[in-house]
Amino acid sequence: MDFDHGKPIYLQIIDYIKKQIITDKLKIGEKVPSQRELAQQLKVNPNTVQRAYREMEGMGLTETIRGQGTFIVERRELLRELQQEMANALLVSFIIEMQSLGYDDQEILGLVEKYQKDLKEEMK
Amino acid sequence: MIELKAVTKTFGSTTALDSISTTIPEGKIIGVLGPNGSGKSTLLKMLVGLNKPNYGTILIDGKKPSMDTKNFISYLPEIDYLYPWMTIQQAADFVKSFYEDWDENKYNELMKFLELQPSMVIKKISRGMRAKAKLLLSFSRNAKLILLDEPLSGIDVLTRDKIIETIIHDYRAGDQTILITTHEIREVEGILDEVIFIRQGQVALEGNVEELRCQRQASLVEIMKEVYSHETI
Repeated sequence: MDFDHGKPIYLQIIDYIKKQIITDKLKIGEKVPSQRELAQQLKVNPNTVQRAYREMEGMGLTETIRGQGTFIVERRELLRELQQEMANALLVSFIIEMQSLGYDDQEILGLVEKYQKDLKEEMK
Repeated sequence: MIELKAVTKTFGSTTALDSISTTIPEGKIIGVLGPNGSGKSTLLKMLVGLNKPNYGTILIDGKKPSMDTKNFISYLPEIDYLYPWMTIQQAADFVKSFYEDWDENKYNELMKFLELQPSMVIKKISRGMRAKAKLLLSFSRNAKLILLDEPLSGIDVLTRDKIIETIIHDYRAGDQTILITTHEIREVEGILDEVIFIRQGQVALEGNVEELRCQRQASLVEIMKEVYSHETI
């Protein structure tokens, strides 16, 4: 895993798990790797993974069953919520970046529509 | 816990450590970083008791470095300290005879993990393998404090990866403390809890790695460049 410089690694681990859920590599209700496994896999400090797991539990993303391990919570809306959350983050940074480049709202909308069309053409 | 109070170490007219004071917490992985000649290795040697400070005090769990503290410290020196004519097994037996905390199961398991053989002769194996053999011997003890002096220097990328994996694999988070000196900052960035940058025998910057990265919006490598920006590394 390549880390983003200015962001705490434990938050990046949480993002990693969320992405795994969205891309269906980890399913709702499924067991997540043990802390040590994930630490080894991502080559990060077990203390950092521990913190990420603690936060995920606090966020209601996972639950730990004693003696069995940590599982993604069994909530059907979870996937949709995570998708929305990631989409929100992408949109916010997109809009902020575009504004900083000097585009106004109308221009941004116009560009989005244009590129949607162009992409569709390319896909054909 | 390790406490250094105004520790100074000189070699002739050279000052290796210049009235250094710091407290190193327990149960974490701490990087001691800095350019060559900044005093990193001297610091580790003093913790093991190989060098004595000229001034100041060093306390490990309240005790001065001595036979008492040696029993719970595992030290991996930068130099090739293993007898070249020994096999890995003979070297292991040698270490075993000194320390009660030797863990035979761990030794066997790590031997496999590191892809080494007990019958390998130290002088006949590659530099990377010797580095792994050194790591094997220091991690086969259930030591509370592990001191690794440049465990990655001069070793190929794959072996460096394996060494990092071994550290994570075997580290008992919370109750074991590991101090690592290294130049390969990029490689250890993800495994450090805390960092101490040493510059000309003094602490230039220290703190929690996650916090430093956030505060400065930069990676450890970038932070290091900033810390040492006014000197040639």
